[in-house]
Amino acid sequence: MKQQVSSTINGEPVEFLCAADETALEVLRNRLSLTGTKEGCSTGDCGACSVLLDDRLVCSCLVFAAELEGRSVTTVEGIATPEQLHPVQQKLLEHAALQCGICTPGVVVAAKALIDANPNPTEEETRYWLAGNLCRCTGYDKIIRAVMDAAAEMRGATP
Amino acid sequence: MESFAYQAPNSLDAALALLAVQRQASVRTQILAGGTDMIVQLRSIDRDPRMIVDIKRIPETRRIALSADGLILGAAVAGAELSARGDVAAIYPGLVEAADLIGSTQIQGRASVGGNLCNASPAGDTIPALIANAAICQIAGPGGWRELPVEDFVVGVGRNALEPGEFLVALRLPVPAARSADAYLRFIPRTEMDIAVASAGVRVALDEQGVCTQARVAIGAVAVTALLVPEAAEALIGTRLDEAACAAAAAASSAAARPISDKRGTETYRRQVVGVLTRRAAVIARDRALGGQA
Repeated sequence: MKQQVSSTINGEPVEFLCAADETALEVLRNRLSLTGTKEGCSTGDCGACSVLLDDRLVCSCLVFAAELEGRSVTTVEGIATPEQLHPVQQKLLEHAALQCGICTPGVVVAAKALIDANPNPTEEETRYWLAGNLCRCTGYDKIIRAVMDAAAEMRGATP
Repeated sequence: MESFAYQAPNSLDAALALLAVQRQASVRTQILAGGTDMIVQLRSIDRDPRMIVDIKRIPETRRIALSADGLILGAAVAGAELSARGDVAAIYPGLVEAADLIGSTQIQGRASVGGNLCNASPAGDTIPALIANAAICQIAGPGGWRELPVEDFVVGVGRNALEPGEFLVALRLPVPAARSADAYLRFIPRTEMDIAVASAGVRVALDEQGVCTQARVAIGAVAVTALLVPEAAEALIGTRLDEAACAAAAAASSAAARPISDKRGTETYRRQVVGVLTRRAAVIARDRALGGQA
C-alpha cells in the first residue's frame, strides 16, 4: 500500500507516493530526481546521504519517506542560490577539497549545519562534527581547512 | 502481512488502539523512534514485512521535563535534543555523556535513549548510565501503565521485557540527592564512533564531610545485559571514595563481569578494563559531586 506524503523540500511544497519501507533517500533520488544526495553505505555510517530534516542533520537513508509528512527537508540542491554558491561550496572548490565527489554533497550539508549552529568552530569541533562524513580521497585535511575558512568568511573575519 | 505498512499515531490512546487492532489481527508490529538501529536491521537481517508504528508524533515520547520529581525523558527524544539541554546535563552529566557517545552528528539527530534501551544491545551506551541513575521505564500497554526498573527491562541480547501491545513511552529518573553526580565511561580502540568493549556508569552521593552515602554502579558490554553491581556500590558507601575504596569497587565490577571473547576484546581483557572504568568513573562522579555539580 502506497502512502501519500506532503512535505516541503528545499522550500517548495512537494507531494509524493511511497511504499511504507521506502527511505527518504530513495524517494529523493528515485521519485523526486534530487540526485545530489548520494547513497554510500545505506547504514548511517558514511554520511553521503546527509540532509537537514526540520533543520537537523540526519542521514536520509535512516529516515522513512513516510516520516516526511508535514516536515521540511533541505538537500544539497537547496544550499546554493541560482546566483551564488554557498561559502562552504566555494571554499571546497578553492581548497580543492574533493576528488571523486561522492562524499561532497553530504559534507556541504553537514558543514552548513555546523556553521549555522556554531559560527566559530574550532578545528577539533569541526573534525568531530564531520566525523560522520567519510571521505576516501582527500585525507580530510583540505575539507577541514575549507569548512573553517568558510566559517571565517561567513562571520566576516579576516583570514 | 504481504507488505510493509506505516502509521504515525499522534496520541497515546491512538497508538494503543492501533497496537490493539494489530495484535487482534496477529499482524507483526514494530515501534519506530529514531530508527538508527531499526532501519538498518530491516534492510539486512530482518526483512519481513510488518506494521511500523512511528511514536514520534506522540507528545509524551518527545518530552524532556525536569521538575522537583526528577527527569522525564520521552522515549523518542533524539540525542541532539538531549545534549542541547544544559539543565539536564548539569544534573545527569553521565547520562548525557553516554548519549553523546552514540554515533555521528547525523545519528545524534535521530537516535534516542529510549531506542538505545529497547534495542537491548549488550554494549548499548545509555543503559549502564540509566541503571546508575536508577531510571524507571514508563510503559503503556493494553492493561494501562506500568513501571519497570531499567535493570529489569533488558532480558537478553536484543530482547526486552515489553509484552505484545506495549511500548516504552518515557524514562523517569529520580531526583539525585544533594552533593551527587554521575559519570559514564566506555573503552573503545578509536576516539569515537565505535562500540564499547567495556563500560561503566556510576552515581555517588556524598554527605557534608565528603563521605559517600549512596552509590550505584552499572557495567556494560561484559555480559548479555548491562549489570547493576551492588557489591561495587557497597565498596564505595561509607568511604571518602579514596584510592582503596575505588580499587575495591573496581575489583567488584571485574568479579561481577561475565564477558565473552570476541574480535573487540578477550574475556580477560574486558574483565580487567571494566574494573578500571569503574574506578575512573567513580573518581569523576566524586569530583563532580565535590565540585558542586549536583
